[in-house]
Amino acid sequence: MIDLHGFGHLLLAGTWVTVKLALVSLFFGLIFGLLGASAKLSKYKFLRWMATGYTTIVRGIPELLIVFAIYFGGSALLMSVASLFGYEDYIEVNPFMAGVAALSIAFGAYATEVFRMAILSIPQGQWESAQALGMTPAKTFSRIILPQVWRVALPGLGNLFQVLMKDTALVSVVGLQDIIRQASTAVSSTNEPFTFYLAAACIYLVLTAFATAGTLWMERACTPQARYKG
Amino acid sequence: MPDTSIALELTDIHKSYGSLEVLKGVSLKANDGDVISILGSSGSGKSTLLRCINLLEQPAKGRVVIGGEELQLKPGKSGELEAASRKQLESMRSRIGFVFQSFNLWPHKTILGNIIEAPMHVLKQSREQAVERAEGLLKKVGLYEKRDAYPGNLSGGQQQRVAIARALAMDPQVLLFDEPTSALDPELVNEVLSVMRELADEGRTMLIVTHEMRFARDVSSQVVFLHQGQIEEIGTPEEVFDNPKSQRVRDFMSSHS
Repeated sequence: MIDLHGFGHLLLAGTWVTVKLALVSLFFGLIFGLLGASAKLSKYKFLRWMATGYTTIVRGIPELLIVFAIYFGGSALLMSVASLFGYEDYIEVNPFMAGVAALSIAFGAYATEVFRMAILSIPQGQWESAQALGMTPAKTFSRIILPQVWRVALPGLGNLFQVLMKDTALVSVVGLQDIIRQASTAVSSTNEPFTFYLAAACIYLVLTAFATAGTLWMERACTPQARYKG
Repeated sequence: MPDTSIALELTDIHKSYGSLEVLKGVSLKANDGDVISILGSSGSGKSTLLRCINLLEQPAKGRVVIGGEELQLKPGKSGELEAASRKQLESMRSRIGFVFQSFNLWPHKTILGNIIEAPMHVLKQSREQAVERAEGLLKKVGLYEKRDAYPGNLSGGQQQRVAIARALAMDPQVLLFDEPTSALDPELVNEVLSVMRELADEGRTMLIVTHEMRFARDVSSQVVFLHQGQIEEIGTPEEVFDNPKSQRVRDFMSSHS
C-alpha cells in the first residue's frame, strides 16, 4: 500500500470537488449542447449564425484560456460594474463557478455537434407520423424525437464526458481545491511527487471507469427492443 | 343537411417542386364510407396529393375540407400555402388517419405505447381509456400478444398492421393510405390488405394510393387514375378497369395485370 502520509483525506476532498465540478458542468453543458444544436438546425439565420460562432470560437480556443477568460475576465467585468456603484475593492470570482462556466461552455460546444448529428440521423418519417396524428411540434420533439436522439448521442456524449472529467484539472490553476491541487499541496510538503501524482492518476482512472460503465448502462437502457423476449 | 355526408373534399390542389409542377389542379370528393383508390405510374403525383390533405406537403393552391370543416390556409413566405392556425391544423390532423409506406412506428416505444401515445397526448384520454381501446384494436389486427414488443421485434407486415391500429386509435373520419404495402416482402402483403379490406367492409372512409390492382378493384367504390398531376380518369372500378376511356389508362392496366 502506498503511504499517503496522512494526505488521503485531502485527496478524497479533492475528488469530491472534481466529481461535483464534472457533474454540474455536464448538466449545464448538455443544456448548452441541446440549445446549440436546436439553434444550428433552426430556420432562422440569426440563430444559426450565433450557434456557428459559438462552436467555432469555443472549439478553437484551448480550454485553459477559457478558464482564464472567465476567471480573470469575470472579475474584471464584475469590478467595472461594481465601480459604477462606487465599490472599488477587488472582487474575486468563485473558482468553482468559473470552472463550471468554462467547462460547460466547452462541453456544450462539442455536444452541439453531437446532438446536431443525432437529430439529423432521425428519419423525417418519425416527425411526420407524430405530426400526422396531430401532435404539437414541442410534443413531437420531446416525446418522439428526443428519446431517439439520446440513444444516438450517448456514445459521443460519454466520450465528451470523459474529456470533461479530465479537463476539470485545468480549474486547479485558478485555485480550485480539486484532485490535482490537493495532490500538489501534498507533494510540496512531502517531496514525493511520484506517490501523489500516481494516486491522482488512479483516482481519475477510477472516475472515468465509472463514467464508462454509466454510459454503457444507459446505452443498454435505451435499447429495450434488444432485451424483449416474446 | 346537405354536406354532412361529404367526408372529404379537395378542390383544385396545385403543388410544385421548384419549376416542376407535380399537381396541376386536382379536385376530388369522398362521401362517408367511400373507398377511393388512387392509381397512376410513379411520379404521377399520387403520394403528393395524399400528403397535401394533411399538410405534410404544402400545396401552392387549393382547398381542403374534412367533414364540413375547411382547413384554413394562408400564403407562406415561399409562396406555398401554410396553416393559418396551428391549432386547427393539429385538430384536423387528429381526425385524418395517415398510414405511411415505411410504417414510421416509433422504435423507442412498445407496440402499445405507439398506439396510446396520440390518444393520450392529443385527445387527452386517460391511460386506462387509451389502453382499453388500443388492446381492442390490437386484437382486431391480430397482434394483441405483441403489445409489449417493440417495433424492431416485428416483421414489416406486423409493423404496418400496428401502424393501422395507431391511426384507428384516433377514430379518424378519413383514413389515408400512402402505398401501404409497397415496402413489404410479397408474402407479407396479404396480411395488411386483409386488415384494410375489413376496414372497407366496416364502412370506413378511405383514400388509398396503391399498386395492388386486384385489391383496388375489389374494395374501391371509386377509382382515380392520376397522370402527370391531373386526373386522367375517374369512375367505378368496372368503368376504369374494364372499360377505360383513356388510352393511357388502357396501357397502364394492360401492363399491370
